Amino acid sequence: MSEVVLKPKGIIDIMVEAEVINPDVFAGKTTSEIEQLIVWQGAKQLQLCDFFDVEGSAGSSATDAKIIVRGNVPRVKHIGHGIKAGEIVIEGSAGMHVGSEMIGGSILVKGDAGSWAGMEMKGGTLHITGNAGDHVGCAYRGSWRGMYGGRILIDGNARSQLGGGMSGGEIHVGGSVENFPGIRMNNGLIVVKGDAIRGVGAQMSGGTFVVSGKIKQLSPGFESIGTEKDPKIGETVLTGEFIKFTGDYALSKTPKGILYASKDANEEV
Amino acid sequence: MPGTMVIRNGYVFDPLNEIDGEIKDIFIKDGKIVDDLKGNSLRDAKVIDAMGKTVMPGGVDSHSHVAGAKVNGGRMMCPEDRYKWVTKKGEITHSGSGNTVPSVYVQGYDYAKMGYTTVFEAAMPPMEARHTHEEMRSTPILDMGAYLVLGNNWFIMRYLKEGNIEKAAAYAAWMMKTHKAYGIKCVNPAGVENWGWGVDVTESLDEPNIHFGITPREIIHGLTEINELLGMPMSVHLHANNLGNPGCWEVTKNSLEIPRDVKVKCNMDVEWPKTKIDPQRNQSVYLAHAQFNSFGGTSWRDFESGAKGIVDYVNKTDHVVIDNGAVPFGPATVMTGDGPAIHHLYKLTGNKWSNKDVELECGSGILSFNYMKANPVHSAQWAIGLELLLLVNDPWKTILTTDHPNGGPFTKYPQIIAWIMSQKAREDTFAECHKWAQDRSSLGGCDREMTLYDIAILTRANPARTVGIAHRKGHLTAGADGDVTIYDFDPTKLEANNYTNIIKGFQNAAFTIKDGEVVAQNGQIISVPKGRTFFSEPHMGDGLEKEMLKDVKEWFKYYTLGFANYPVPDKYIRNPSPVQVNKPLESIVVR
Repeated sequence: MSEVVLKPKGIIDIMVEAEVINPDVFAGKTTSEIEQLIVWQGAKQLQLCDFFDVEGSAGSSATDAKIIVRGNVPRVKHIGHGIKAGEIVIEGSAGMHVGSEMIGGSILVKGDAGSWAGMEMKGGTLHITGNAGDHVGCAYRGSWRGMYGGRILIDGNARSQLGGGMSGGEIHVGGSVENFPGIRMNNGLIVVKGDAIRGVGAQMSGGTFVVSGKIKQLSPGFESIGTEKDPKIGETVLTGEFIKFTGDYALSKTPKGILYASKDANEEV
Repeated sequence: MPGTMVIRNGYVFDPLNEIDGEIKDIFIKDGKIVDDLKGNSLRDAKVIDAMGKTVMPGGVDSHSHVAGAKVNGGRMMCPEDRYKWVTKKGEITHSGSGNTVPSVYVQGYDYAKMGYTTVFEAAMPPMEARHTHEEMRSTPILDMGAYLVLGNNWFIMRYLKEGNIEKAAAYAAWMMKTHKAYGIKCVNPAGVENWGWGVDVTESLDEPNIHFGITPREIIHGLTEINELLGMPMSVHLHANNLGNPGCWEVTKNSLEIPRDVKVKCNMDVEWPKTKIDPQRNQSVYLAHAQFNSFGGTSWRDFESGAKGIVDYVNKTDHVVIDNGAVPFGPATVMTGDGPAIHHLYKLTGNKWSNKDVELECGSGILSFNYMKANPVHSAQWAIGLELLLLVNDPWKTILTTDHPNGGPFTKYPQIIAWIMSQKAREDTFAECHKWAQDRSSLGGCDREMTLYDIAILTRANPARTVGIAHRKGHLTAGADGDVTIYDFDPTKLEANNYTNIIKGFQNAAFTIKDGEVVAQNGQIISVPKGRTFFSEPHMGDGLEKEMLKDVKEWFKYYTLGFANYPVPDKYIRNPSPVQVNKPLESIVVR
């Protein structure tokens, strides 16, 4: 495997859009060609080397290429946008849109990620060891179909609208989420180990949502259909006793959405 | 010399002059077609070699939603229609975005690249006229005009109910001048007013609406009478009742029957060119997007094409022209002045939806939509759209549209052209889409393959004639505007089976020439002239107008705006090109 190391050069003021940080783009390019790749900062077109020191070169194919971003880049957007193959490791926090529309390959963020991480992704793995912002794995504004496939793993917390319009794939959140996670989801699986505030699975018509912690305010369109101990959803096995709901009845009379909520944490529901 | 050129040796298709693929030179002087160029003019003229290429008059779109409040509403509602469809700023071109509802700049460029030079906005609510003109004046290159929505207007309904056709005509004439509108549009007559009270008119054409007690039949007949009394350039443009409901073809056919007895009279103060075929319209009604009004069956389960009923009627009469409103599959944004029809679609799909009531005048609805090949109804709709063009024998009764962006965006016209020119193209699509396309329509049994001559009728000659702009558009007779399109294919070598070439050829014209200047070449925008705005200035007697205005001012208390702010000021109009209609004889003498 051939490695390209990108070292951030100091502080960035206006956010940089760098969808070129992508093994598919780097493949077959020399170090100096990679340095000259175009990134946008506001209305200006600049080169990658204006923001990063570049070392190494990618091999001929993206599959064998690994890009390591050595440091925090919270003001660099669209890293790994639409990535098809290969690997990206960010040794720090990433900006908005990391791995949005990704199709394959893997991205590891050893830190926090901004909003829109894994937006409308179709495949591959996106792992965020810290916290994530809003709209993770969500549909773009106005669009009603979000993530179609692949996996998103978040070790920390995520904010609102996680997996909005989800049509496939899996999202696992180690921590808690905020408002309207899984809104309009119609397929796929979302597992939240921590708590959720409100609007969980609002307008969902299919798919499965699990909250192992507490749901502060359950959506009114969900109906309890009993309890289950250690339920198994596909490959995923959960531990503990869960209340099982179907919904959202606000959207249709025969909704196919399933919501599991921890029985212990949600006594009053 | 600008605006002067010679187009040499192309295969010319000019249906209004019955020229069918003849090798001819076309001459343009100072932006107008001329018979010949001599001396200095010829020496200084730009020469374009069109040998082995197809030459047609500039394209004319007689029904497209490209300007105004609901178009912009569609843009605002659908950010997802924009972010993957961006056009970069060029040296002379503006940036833009949008797929089914592009921004005004992109609209102008995309039409020009396809060889179109004239586009009419299909529905302008009077109260939204300023907005419509603002967008038209910002649209580059194209000559434009807009049809004024009058089918549920309180004054029209009131005067027609009173039987006061002359006062109604005076009102329509004043409205045309006030809002700089081109023609009369009638959307779901009597029904849209009812929609203000939560109901539609669906039972019959003789169902009186709420408060005004007027029926769709009375409005259709009244408006067509007004139209011909004034002698408007185009006939009434009808969006019939019950649109989008299974079985609606019957109401549509009965609606087309209504203006049969209305005598056509086009009374424009223009010089008509000496074309072989009469450039003046002979229809008393022009039916909009017939596909949406040709549904058969009684429910979505037994849904089928009702095109045959419409086609048979159009074939046996001479007072109807239709545009098809084809469905080319893929994303669309449905937008119309027919609020209840869009609400019906919203109930069916649950897609995002918007609705508006335009005070004393009309209404509208917008919904984001996607036509899918796997969907039985959508597949049948695709078939209906093509049946309407292929089964009407006389191409002079049909016009090609997608009712942009209702059936799909106008950028899909080349695909529609391929389907009507190539049976193989249709068969390939049958294989990909739901079997209802074949089982619930008669398209599969149709082996007609249209020629380039037919295409020239459907996309320029007939739209121009139907909307009464053929004194300057839609043909290559001396005196006409120097709008010419050169497509990069040799008609003698064109094979219908190899339809991808047809699509490619019509997508990007080799040259689009407007007023004798190249505006687009092989998909590149070369120049961005400012287009004209066409509108009608119909004249009725002063006395009648005064009397009518008294009524208007009295009811203006129901409007949320002041009377003084109602008219569209001249500064909103780009290159105003009014047509005098029903001009009194005296003023001609004085001149």
